[in-house]
Amino acid sequence: MSNLPIFDVAGSAMNAQSVRLSTVASNMANADSVSGDPNTVYRAKQPIFTTEQVGNNPALQGVRATQVLDSQAQPIKRYEPGHPLADGNGYVYAPDIDPVAQMVDLISASRSYQANVEVFNSAKETALATLNMGR
Amino acid sequence: MEGSMADFLGIHGTALAVREQRLQLLAANIANADTPHYKAQDLDFNGALNAALAAQRGGPLEQGNAISTAATNAHYLRPSSQPSLDGNTVDGDRENAAFAQASLEYRASLSFVEAKVRGMLTAITGQ
Repeated sequence: MSNLPIFDVAGSAMNAQSVRLSTVASNMANADSVSGDPNTVYRAKQPIFTTEQVGNNPALQGVRATQVLDSQAQPIKRYEPGHPLADGNGYVYAPDIDPVAQMVDLISASRSYQANVEVFNSAKETALATLNMGR
Repeated sequence: MEGSMADFLGIHGTALAVREQRLQLLAANIANADTPHYKAQDLDFNGALNAALAAQRGGPLEQGNAISTAATNAHYLRPSSQPSLDGNTVDGDRENAAFAQASLEYRASLSFVEAKVRGMLTAITGQ
């Protein structure tokens, strides 16, 4: 019954993928958040995944979203003098977010999450079958 | 008593433990499918099982360690079927298939052990 590390590994991956899903949701939601100041405009977020040892077996690596970094892409400058947030020269700044790339990321994260749920469920069934041995 | 129980279960008890080690590695591969620079790992099942069985003949006290040592020694990095930009060598579909198969193999070993246990129970209770 020591196959509990599987739950830790799959759980860590589900956690990391859900961070990734959240950042994609945040990026999509703020794709149209414009600002009159290029320094305060929303910047796309991206989580950084690193391996993390689970238990005391160095071969058994879980995953962790260690940090969420802001995109370095320059905001897109648009001339809209009628916009209420426009700066003195009539420009507004929008974050440089590619909705297609975000959707691809979303689908990839969602598939990975599902794969880990599958692992979790089959590990659970296996563990239960082991526990019920001899009954 | 421990030693005689392991003898009674024969190869199946050890196989079950080695299969469990392999399931853990495959789960780690699936978990790290999106981690940059992660290398897919696997276990040479035949090698690990033979090494564990050989070590167990040495003495009953070594058993717990023998399996994890044999599993560690049988580790290898599985090469990738196609290159990736971030240096990750996990192939999601292949890992999922391998995990499903390994899970089934674990259940098979489990049912062998279970049959042995049932036989022992029948012998003890006489029913």
